[in-house]
Amino acid sequence: MVNTKKAKAQLFHIVKREPLAWYYALLIRAAAIVLALIVSAVVITLLTEKNPIEVYASMINGAFGSSLRIWSLLQNIAILLCVSLAVTPAFKMRFWNCGAEGQVLVGGLATVSVMMFLGDKLPTPVLFLVMLIASVLAGVIWAVLPAVTKALWNTNETLFTLMMNYVAIQLVAFFLKTFVKNGSGVLSPMPQYGLPLLFGKAYLLNIVIVAILTVLVYIYLKYTKQGYEISVVGQSENTAKYIGINVKKVIVRTLVVSGALCGIAGLLIVGATNHTISTDTVGGRGFTAIMVSWLAKFNPIFMVFTTFLIVFLEKGSQQISTDFRIPNAISDIVTGIILFFVIGCEFFLQYKIVFAKSGKENA
Amino acid sequence: MLAFLISAIRLGMTFLFGCTGEIITEKSGHLNLGIPGVMCVGASCGCYAEYIYLDMAKRNADPFLAVFIPIVATIVGGALMGLVYSFLTVTLRANQNVTGLALTTFGVGVSDFMIAKTGPIYSKGTKYFTAPLPFAEETGWFGEIFLSHGVLIYLAIIIAFVASFVLTKTKVGLNLRSVGENPATADAAGINVSLYRYLATCIGCGIAGLGGLSFVMDYLHGNWEYCIDAIGWLAIALVIFTVWKPNLAIIGSIVFGGLYIASSYITGVSFANKEIFKMLPYVVTIVVLVITSIRDKKENQPPQSLGLSYFREER
Repeated sequence: MVNTKKAKAQLFHIVKREPLAWYYALLIRAAAIVLALIVSAVVITLLTEKNPIEVYASMINGAFGSSLRIWSLLQNIAILLCVSLAVTPAFKMRFWNCGAEGQVLVGGLATVSVMMFLGDKLPTPVLFLVMLIASVLAGVIWAVLPAVTKALWNTNETLFTLMMNYVAIQLVAFFLKTFVKNGSGVLSPMPQYGLPLLFGKAYLLNIVIVAILTVLVYIYLKYTKQGYEISVVGQSENTAKYIGINVKKVIVRTLVVSGALCGIAGLLIVGATNHTISTDTVGGRGFTAIMVSWLAKFNPIFMVFTTFLIVFLEKGSQQISTDFRIPNAISDIVTGIILFFVIGCEFFLQYKIVFAKSGKENA
Repeated sequence: MLAFLISAIRLGMTFLFGCTGEIITEKSGHLNLGIPGVMCVGASCGCYAEYIYLDMAKRNADPFLAVFIPIVATIVGGALMGLVYSFLTVTLRANQNVTGLALTTFGVGVSDFMIAKTGPIYSKGTKYFTAPLPFAEETGWFGEIFLSHGVLIYLAIIIAFVASFVLTKTKVGLNLRSVGENPATADAAGINVSLYRYLATCIGCGIAGLGGLSFVMDYLHGNWEYCIDAIGWLAIALVIFTVWKPNLAIIGSIVFGGLYIASSYITGVSFANKEIFKMLPYVVTIVVLVITSIRDKKENQPPQSLGLSYFREER
């Protein structure tokens, strides 16, 4: 079935395409998603013996069914988008930061510590400032360690950042067991120290902040010198060296940006939404963000759409599981299947298959 | 002390499966971050196969088949995940990290679905997996210490030795390593890069899947109630810890198993400090990773093209 490109008499070969027109690229992606939805429908039907059309209707209902659900959808998009924005500068530089999960979590941990220990000691505006500084600092520390070792000794950053996630998770577990007085390990929320509501809407602040960040990151990557340096280092480290870019400096500087954004994401999750922390606060968003960012080709504006797709699937699948009494995990399965297809379809955007005619005219 | 050691070994063998599988995969140049998902799917397939078999066989289940069928199912399940991964990364040239993470999302979903749907019904099968080897009793104390453990523990060690032998002493292993180090050179030497990557990934994932089965059936005694993806990440950590050598991984996995459970065996450790103890395997891995990169010794490095896909046309 596969691996045919090495068949004895090559039946076809693969050629890189000219960049496609945007509508054509969109069509391929849409086709992939439709195909994925069909496959998912088959899987859902097999697993649950329910009519897939009903299941998808329930999905849409779950995402947009009421104003509360729409707010919740937007809130989840904002948080995931913030984490995705955070990993993007690093990815554009081909620094595989798989540690957003941990960076966000320590950001949240720093926020919650400030809320807990300084909440009643500082005046409110100062408290917010300290929360911001603490969370950003924590995120930066978590991101910069792997960056420094990468810059100095070329340590594999994927593996380093991955491990840092678990150090962060254990740190949070330690924090909860040490400082939660009743020993349950569950920290009760502290909304009195949370960030203020904007116009009385619970999630609006997050959404506005992330919207601003999206534009800022877009400008940073596209129109600034630093953004340009990032993309040169990402394209070819050697080229970057030849034209006099200090690669090491760029790596560390970019990861400071990346870590700081992760810290802010932690602040938004803990300080503005949950007002508490658990080891599951980030809930895999650090990993999902990697896929969001990659699917959007590292473009912050496209990322809004890929985030929407993922969060829609998540919310919709949660609704399915309550409507049809099937396990919540169905959302991960469907997300996985759709990701496989979307990842796979990128191939058809970049390459085309040229079938050999009888002669060898397109060699 | 002995109880601690045995417990460490039993948990360690779970890591060893995952680690050996990932080493084989990484030697081909594939950084498969889907291992946690693969382990989840492997365990799901194996457990479900065991459940079906025991359900069909009722009382007269054959102890050999009760172990053999789940193992085969696990390997098939794991290898199928490997096939998805290699189809996307080799044939469709997708990014390895993203594909791996998608695989993990999918695998975690599958196993969570299984657990939620069926509940912990797998404890019935666990006695076949923890049964001592058939000739253990006849050999007295020797048998009691060395031969009285579950079959998967021995399988893990055997697979690790075989993998180590194949990787370092055979032509296939040499070819595989060259594919992981420099696929362009391997291609020029007439090695079928795609084929090697496909096979290494599928075989590696099949082996890694067994880790999930071993964790559920042997270590947890079939009481499968939570997701086991953390085990998969530890297995990936172990690959670095053992600097890509399956025979070192046997010792490394026991060390990891020990570190992971040490807190429960040392008296006087508070609840909170146990969490710090559980951090140890990861911290140790980071230290090893940094030290190997500082020392920059050729034989202790990751495969050179790890994480990079190879397209002949883009050389």
